[in-house]
Amino acid sequence: MGFFSFFTKDKKETLDKGLEKTKINVFSRLSKAIVGKSKVDEEVLDNLEQILVESDVGVETTLKIIQRIEVRIAKDKYLGTSELNMILKEEIAELLQENSIDERENFSFPNSSEPYVIMVVGVNGVGKTTTIGKLAYQFNQAGKKVILGAADTFRAAAVDQLTIWAERVGVEIVSQGMNADPASVAFDTLKSAVAKKADVVIIDTAGRLHNKVGLMNELSKIRNVMKKVIPNAPNEVLLVLDASTGQNAIEQAKQFTAATDVNALALTKLDGTAKGGVVIGISDQFKIPVRYIGLGEKMEDLQLFNRKAFVDSLFE
Amino acid sequence: MFENLSEKFDKAFKILKGQGKITEINVAETLKEVRKALIDADVSYAIAKEFCDTVKQKALGKNVLTSLEPGQLMVKLVQDELAELMGGETQDINIKGSPSIILIAGLQGSGKTTFSAKLANYLKTKKGKSVLLTAGDVYRPAAINQLQVLGEQIGVEVYTEDSKDPVQIAKNAVQRAKDKGINIVIVDTAGRLAIDEDMMNEIAAVKAAINPQETLFVVDSMTGQDAVNTAKAFNERLDYNGVVLTKLDGDTRGGAALTIKHIVRKPIKFVGIGEKMDALDIFHPERMASRILGMGDIVSLVERAQEQYDEEEARKLSKKIKTNEFDFNDFLNQINQIKKMGNIKDLMGMIPGVGKMMKGIDINEDAFKGIEAIIGSMTPFERENPLKIDGSRRKRISRGSGTSIEDVNRLLKQFEETRKAMKMMSGGGNKLNALKNLKRR
Repeated sequence: MGFFSFFTKDKKETLDKGLEKTKINVFSRLSKAIVGKSKVDEEVLDNLEQILVESDVGVETTLKIIQRIEVRIAKDKYLGTSELNMILKEEIAELLQENSIDERENFSFPNSSEPYVIMVVGVNGVGKTTTIGKLAYQFNQAGKKVILGAADTFRAAAVDQLTIWAERVGVEIVSQGMNADPASVAFDTLKSAVAKKADVVIIDTAGRLHNKVGLMNELSKIRNVMKKVIPNAPNEVLLVLDASTGQNAIEQAKQFTAATDVNALALTKLDGTAKGGVVIGISDQFKIPVRYIGLGEKMEDLQLFNRKAFVDSLFE
Repeated sequence: MFENLSEKFDKAFKILKGQGKITEINVAETLKEVRKALIDADVSYAIAKEFCDTVKQKALGKNVLTSLEPGQLMVKLVQDELAELMGGETQDINIKGSPSIILIAGLQGSGKTTFSAKLANYLKTKKGKSVLLTAGDVYRPAAINQLQVLGEQIGVEVYTEDSKDPVQIAKNAVQRAKDKGINIVIVDTAGRLAIDEDMMNEIAAVKAAINPQETLFVVDSMTGQDAVNTAKAFNERLDYNGVVLTKLDGDTRGGAALTIKHIVRKPIKFVGIGEKMDALDIFHPERMASRILGMGDIVSLVERAQEQYDEEEARKLSKKIKTNEFDFNDFLNQINQIKKMGNIKDLMGMIPGVGKMMKGIDINEDAFKGIEAIIGSMTPFERENPLKIDGSRRKRISRGSGTSIEDVNRLLKQFEETRKAMKMMSGGGNKLNALKNLKRR
């Protein structure tokens, strides 16, 4: 049960809608850039560069894309502006594909006798707890037994927030109340998950700014404590990034990776930003895969990131 | 705060500082670097260019080339222009109404609820007002709870309702404040995206219903260029009175702080600088400009020290120092006072020149933790009589505090030296005594 294929019609609609702002931003400007031009020349490329940079694709990735197009022009000798859209799509798709990291088709995991542990980290206000709620929902829908761990014991009412999500979704939660030691909550959660033979454990953590060393060390501690229960835990350290943060997201990814070996990314609030280009920049510059994208407020609006679908939707 | 930007400005001015003779060429070069610094900080190309053009014009008018200290004059011009860009004058919050109503708006996760509580705390402790917080976020799970917990922490009443209608909740809260004679009502609202038509209509309706004196737009300072777009969209709907920048203690590049005023023509009124309830500052454009240029912010530093300064305490302390009674209890008090002033890195950044040196160095906010642990493991007798702490006591303290015996020894030694130094300094006529003390050892 529950093995729904990734690209159902609903999902595609959500993706299209969530990326609308980015699309309008990029393509209305792109068409302005080629007005009155029949071929792609220096000036068009300059404009394209500016559009990509301002969509938060990031300078390095933008230059890569431009370079690829230049190579193509050199080879084909001539490139009409009408083809630019298609070319751009192809190049971006290829760039993303190069970074070949496993991409999941659905919310399922390799079979294992131990629970699959996801530890969720990120700066304040990016949407960690909401993402966990949505994830729990999707895993639950896919027939997995889910346990949540309320290790954000710092922010006022964070435990309540997660508890409400747990009730709403209908999954179990382990908590020790506010101001408890987060590492101890994580430990308890894993113990309970093993005892109850859960499939998935999701540990919430308090938001922290990535330039605060003490708080980053706390994350390492939480992670280490989990290993005492399940040596392989956490299987997934999921960094949640707010898509509207733009280039600072890259810095956050760097710092969090240094502290906790982040191995998966979730980009939230993509529907609210015209700078969806940051997805392209991040998946190009990091060896860490973007695994989930948040496209709206509904529980279903968190999707597994699929490069091809993303690019298709962007260029439709 | 703004380390990257500071560093780049510093580089720009080096071009001028190093040279004995200033030419038009190296002024232009400096400005080019300034422009680059601004663009890197997420300031749009157009604003950065305008900024440099203005500075250039003013520089020509002031005859920078022939002035005595051309480098200094340029720094001054840039500083003034930066302050101007960020809003010029400091703008205080308007709390003249009765009750005065403050509406808080912003995106999800920008820090509205935390700011609402911080603002309530500020108005209560610094302005001596009675405040009613209103939990108007009826959507996010536990948002109401969050405000209640914070309200309890700061001792401010929180108005809540089971109703799912933010307009009704806000109206009722205002009525309650009127009935109870409360000075200020702060209405927290749910986070919303500017493109969400229904939600934007809702907050416009809340605003129309309660007619607030102040509508504040809360924005995460790490939100690069998008912050400006959002600020614009919210302004078109709400015509707010001021902006609040949160999470300024992160490593923001500064774009939002620098340009939001210019774009929406609304002043930045507050900045959030930490997770604690008192980590809220009034935004002073001219001081911020001075900090960005690495010239520190002595005014704020002194203000913070004054806030924590207690005359009675200080008198007692000075007496204790004179009579050589300064003990570990006093020492602990001192540490706590410094900690209350804010985080160490932030404080150091206010000292002219130090901000620059601190680039890349991370000050552990728990720098005092080891010391506190050691003192915490002492008995009251030991705290009052530091000299009586012998070998076996030291061993016990080190075990109790989880530190090594060397750490304990070092602290005791430092403490004794500090005590001597303090006595010498405060001594005046007592210098002789101090000498005697030294001899006695």
